Amino acid sequence: MSKNYKYNFIILIIILVILFFANVSLGSISIPFKTILHSFFAHAEDYTRQEYIIQNYRLPKAITAILVGSGLGISGLLMQTLFRNPLAGPFVLGITSGASLGVALLIMGSSVFGGFFATLLVSKWSLVIAASLGSFLVLLTVLIVSSKVRDTMAILIIGLMFGSITAAVVSVLSYFSSAEELQQYIFWGFGSLGDLQWKELKIFAIIYTIGILFSIASIKALNTLLLGENYAKSLGLNLKQSRLIIIIATSLLAGTITAFAGPIAFIGLAIPHITRQIFNTSNHRLLLPAVFLFGAIVMLICDSIAQLPNTDYTLPINAITSLIGAPVVVWLLVRKRKMVF
Amino acid sequence: MKSKNQHTILKTKNLFIGYQSKKTTTIVASNINLNLQKGELIGLVGGNGVGKSTLLRTITNVQPILHGEISIHNKPINQYAAKDLAKVQSLVLTEQIASKNLSVFELIALGRQPYTNWVGNLSNQDLEIINKAISQTNIESLKFKRCFELSDGQLQKVMIARALAQDTDLIILDEPTTHLDMYHKAYILKLLQKITKETGKTILFSSHEIDLAIQLCDTIIVMTNTEVICDAPCNLIEKGTFNTLFPKDLIAFDDKTGSFRVKK
Repeated sequence: MSKNYKYNFIILIIILVILFFANVSLGSISIPFKTILHSFFAHAEDYTRQEYIIQNYRLPKAITAILVGSGLGISGLLMQTLFRNPLAGPFVLGITSGASLGVALLIMGSSVFGGFFATLLVSKWSLVIAASLGSFLVLLTVLIVSSKVRDTMAILIIGLMFGSITAAVVSVLSYFSSAEELQQYIFWGFGSLGDLQWKELKIFAIIYTIGILFSIASIKALNTLLLGENYAKSLGLNLKQSRLIIIIATSLLAGTITAFAGPIAFIGLAIPHITRQIFNTSNHRLLLPAVFLFGAIVMLICDSIAQLPNTDYTLPINAITSLIGAPVVVWLLVRKRKMVF
Repeated sequence: MKSKNQHTILKTKNLFIGYQSKKTTTIVASNINLNLQKGELIGLVGGNGVGKSTLLRTITNVQPILHGEISIHNKPINQYAAKDLAKVQSLVLTEQIASKNLSVFELIALGRQPYTNWVGNLSNQDLEIINKAISQTNIESLKFKRCFELSDGQLQKVMIARALAQDTDLIILDEPTTHLDMYHKAYILKLLQKITKETGKTILFSSHEIDLAIQLCDTIIVMTNTEVICDAPCNLIEKGTFNTLFPKDLIAFDDKTGSFRVKK
């Protein structure tokens, strides 16, 4: 049985490598493969224009796409298994709503509160910090409230409720803000993979890796949870501890991704479903690496399309993920006639 | 109770069970003294709402003990680490498993979780125990099926195999015969009896199938609103214990056939 999966993984890795180079090569100008390879061996001072674009713009963007796609996919998988709910995604714990609240306060706060907020400059870093602080605070509140309840399902509802509260606050803020600020906020909400410099990408990659390590550590617990919580307990699983590790992993992954790339929708919900349908398994030892690969692949495809190759336009990545992803999920469900969960 | 020179697996001493909240304590049953011996099949019978589930939940450490003590192998259960308790007792619950997409083999393999490493690798010994559990429950033909393809009776056999794979001295089943037809009710209980005989494991199950339990069990625990009695089925019949189980207006226990009859 596992031999078949080995071929699947090899094929997926090859596809990922091809797409990675295709993604780097495509854009407002197409850059040939030779130049891409060449750019790795050139000195930074001697970069041609194309080599400069590759090294400082397209490579970081392609790596960001891989981290975002795989990270969101994996955190979505963790949440769907923990909550035994196919509709759960990486953001059920209030991470995006917290981030959007932080960003909304930063961008639109000055109109409403004036004073302190007006002195804040809306730069890349201030957005990252506002998003991180916002998601951290909302997540912390959700977790503190959740620790009072014993039922895992209640955490799901509490996360949703906090999402509604923050959405309401954002609505009030936008009602009082100027058209310019609103536009800026909406642009943040589109998500973006291309804004990261190497320096920011390093920080992103470090936190991402810690999140992935926590996810790997919870593989056994996730498989045990497939039986349901009571059976898991009877098998000696420390439910509280496992739940915490799973939630930490999700928060690290989804939190940093939202901070650096904005609220990327849909990938976290769809990738685990696509992977389960294609691999036809619930075993997380297979699902976790498979979701990683599918997430990275889908994100690279979406980004390549969003770039609208050979034009000067770039579409919002959030629109593309849903436009591409939703039909794929529907098609898979219809074709197999049965949801694998 | 007569003393046997057998080995006691589970013992309760002056056990009080029930629910505790901040304000009130609800005692469901009190003064329970049980001695479950190695290799016995033990049925737990009683009407709806007398606390069978509460007793099982307390024995399996899902619910805290109100008063008294439960010990397995002479060690109080609340002194076991969760993982060590999982190595001495396994459960088959009435609830559905969360993911029916698991294959039968994968599901049974999850029974090895207390023994496997951090990522759940199965050793050769694990595989051997899993395959033994599969052959003991006669489900070789189902091995690669997925759980959603199984009938209720087949699924129950698979869940029993999973408990066997957990390789514990005590297996506890909560109403293993509900939803099953008459044949499969007998089949499952007969299978449990066979397992106790072949493996020397102790099996405790709750059930409403009193007549089947009388025929198959070594010991029966009878729970009524007032007391909990634990004895061999024939002694219980002699003492007329089964007649205290239910209100007497509709059904009566017939000593000769060992079953309940509707009053005419």
